[in-house]
Amino acid sequence: MFKILKKEYLANNIWLMDIEAPKVAKSCQPGQFVIVKMDEEGERIPLTVCDYDRDKGTVTIVFQTVGASTEEMAEYEVGESFMDFVGPLGCTSELIASPMEELKKESILFVCGGVGTAPVYPQVKWMKEHGIDVDVIIGARTKDIIILEEEMKKIAANLYVATDDGSYGFKGNGCDMINELVKNQGKKYTRVVAIGPMIMMKFVCILTKELNIPTIVSMNPIMVDGTGMCGACRLQVGDDIKFACVDGPEFDGHLVDFDQAMRRQRMYKTEEGRALLRRKEGDTHHGGCGNCK
Amino acid sequence: MEADVLKKVPVREQEPKVRAANFDEVCLGYNKEEAMAEAVRCLKCKNPQCVKGCPVNIDIPGFIKEVEEGNFDEAYHVINKYSALPAVCGRVCPQESQCEAKCIRGIKGDAVSIGKLERFVADTARENGIKPVAPDTKKGKSVAVIGSGPAGLTCAGDLAKLGYDVTIFEALHKAGGVLSYGIPEFRLPKGKVVDSEIENVKSLGVKIETNVVIGKAVTIDELLNEEGFDAVFIGSGAGLPRFMGIPGENANGVFSANEYLTRSNLMKAFDDNYDTPIVAGKKVAVVGGGNVAMDAARTALRLGADVHIVYRRSEAELPARVEEVHHAKEEGIIFDLLTNPIEIIEDEEGNVKGMKCIRMELGEPDESGRRSPVEIAGSEFVIDVDTVIMSLGTSPNPLISSTTEGLEINKRKCIVAEESDGSTSKAAVYAGGDAVTGAATVILAMGAGKAAAKGIDEFLSK
Repeated sequence: MFKILKKEYLANNIWLMDIEAPKVAKSCQPGQFVIVKMDEEGERIPLTVCDYDRDKGTVTIVFQTVGASTEEMAEYEVGESFMDFVGPLGCTSELIASPMEELKKESILFVCGGVGTAPVYPQVKWMKEHGIDVDVIIGARTKDIIILEEEMKKIAANLYVATDDGSYGFKGNGCDMINELVKNQGKKYTRVVAIGPMIMMKFVCILTKELNIPTIVSMNPIMVDGTGMCGACRLQVGDDIKFACVDGPEFDGHLVDFDQAMRRQRMYKTEEGRALLRRKEGDTHHGGCGNCK
Repeated sequence: MEADVLKKVPVREQEPKVRAANFDEVCLGYNKEEAMAEAVRCLKCKNPQCVKGCPVNIDIPGFIKEVEEGNFDEAYHVINKYSALPAVCGRVCPQESQCEAKCIRGIKGDAVSIGKLERFVADTARENGIKPVAPDTKKGKSVAVIGSGPAGLTCAGDLAKLGYDVTIFEALHKAGGVLSYGIPEFRLPKGKVVDSEIENVKSLGVKIETNVVIGKAVTIDELLNEEGFDAVFIGSGAGLPRFMGIPGENANGVFSANEYLTRSNLMKAFDDNYDTPIVAGKKVAVVGGGNVAMDAARTALRLGADVHIVYRRSEAELPARVEEVHHAKEEGIIFDLLTNPIEIIEDEEGNVKGMKCIRMELGEPDESGRRSPVEIAGSEFVIDVDTVIMSLGTSPNPLISSTTEGLEINKRKCIVAEESDGSTSKAAVYAGGDAVTGAATVILAMGAGKAAAKGIDEFLSK
């Protein structure tokens, strides 16, 4: 069993939890993910590692309630435990795995969207710890749903916040902010790392391709086992089919077929909707979902 | 019971129409009387050929003699000397091409139903609470086993019997490997059979740690150098599913058999109380002709779909066990033989709406000895399906090979290991099962686990 040591509400149905998992904490690296299974009947839910404390043996996860399973997960309290917590899975972030002398030559811009801010955090923190200054954009629809701003401010060389509605920081989305920095302020970046909703990563990649800046994205497709067995997480990357769980989750954003990935992500939407309905209606649920007789 | 000695005692099964709508076990097995009657048919050969046909060399006439005399517990102890998983093997081994293929009875009439007898003995022992006993002797040495599938469980069980301190590391949340995630409930009941066989291995003193990904959380070198293990056995299984590489294969509604079966078996998606979803499909095509294809097809059928098996060769070349093909047909699965998919057709939202196929004919035999199929020009046609399950085998998982220095892999990326003792290019590291051979059978993996246990014992006894 894996105990919840801390639980915090960030914003916009996004929760942060510290989980006691010494084996995972000992070996995980930014860019990798874990799989959480709450109880016997639960799904295996993949979540990117958002922080870790090797001494305390804890791993931080951040998740947004988007369906029946994540809603249930948000109901767990400090002191309770998840039945299964496995990791680290996937590859270490490409930048972190690259040689230090090459990394020091880079000028990196991280672009975070929504809950994607959380997996960016450990990467920026790692950069800071290794003496590499990076810029960070946090993009959000509106002020109230921005997460981890204070934490990010402490470790980023420059933090730019952009809101679609202009309620805070720069008015515009992440792409508008990139344009502002590169075209208007004359900033030069050799690399962009974009993590957030697929639609945001797609548009960031369209823009950075135009700007000729290599871009890494972190993909979060549907997974079942997460260990390289089921193939549910397959993605079209250039001419190849790649498995996010063992080949990724980070990929060259200019090669990812985002439209296909977004279609695939919707595959179980109705099935999940049914599960949510069943959960909300409980014993009163008798048909109507299309699943019951 | 008076019976024709040339004919085996038939085994009771659920009626095809009934079982097509449930996940209960298809084969009901022998009862005491049936088992004893079948045991009489064994000739107890002095030089038993059946034993040579068994990858783990069970003393088959020995245990059958005990069954004949009604000593069922004794029969279990005979089998247990050779196999840690008799209730599994009695159900999923391809006996017709192994022990039973060599049975002298089979020359004229039916071979003795060795598999069904093994199953009866294992099931009876379980019902009577008979368990293998942990040895008194301790070697004072420890072995790490990676993967809790048939290879790992067998290797661990054999080493524990010899007095080694064994820990199995399993990446998934549940032990059993393919026995848990791959083979369906209706062929291999999880609670009754798989879990209790795993408990039996544990009762030999074997520890099982789930949720540990070797190669990621801990490397092989760390197990040997930091965690104090004296040897490691890698039985990590087959790995990544293969796809055909045809257009439309990433459409919504195309699954690997591994995904489909994992959702249903490991995550129990067929059971409403579990949260993991499965898209059952209304019209399902399963591409491939192996046992896994049959399992996927029969699972889809039980979830309510009309199911076709699409296979590019003819019935004679189907790699699946005859019994599985027979069961599948009885349940109403349609076989589209000499047919090969060339494109999956998507609707505007990216969902499968059909599969374009081409008719095939058999040409010259290929290196596997099977006649290779050749396309018949102009014979394209479309099958109306909403779900396609690709069951084309697997290629090895890179998690361990990519993080273990000095571990040789071959051009198919399988770990290179000696067949006789499981030794690899790396000292103190042994391997066996699908990680070495690519996708094969439960019993072959068990045979490899057994050989490696012997190899490890010899290595650690030096």
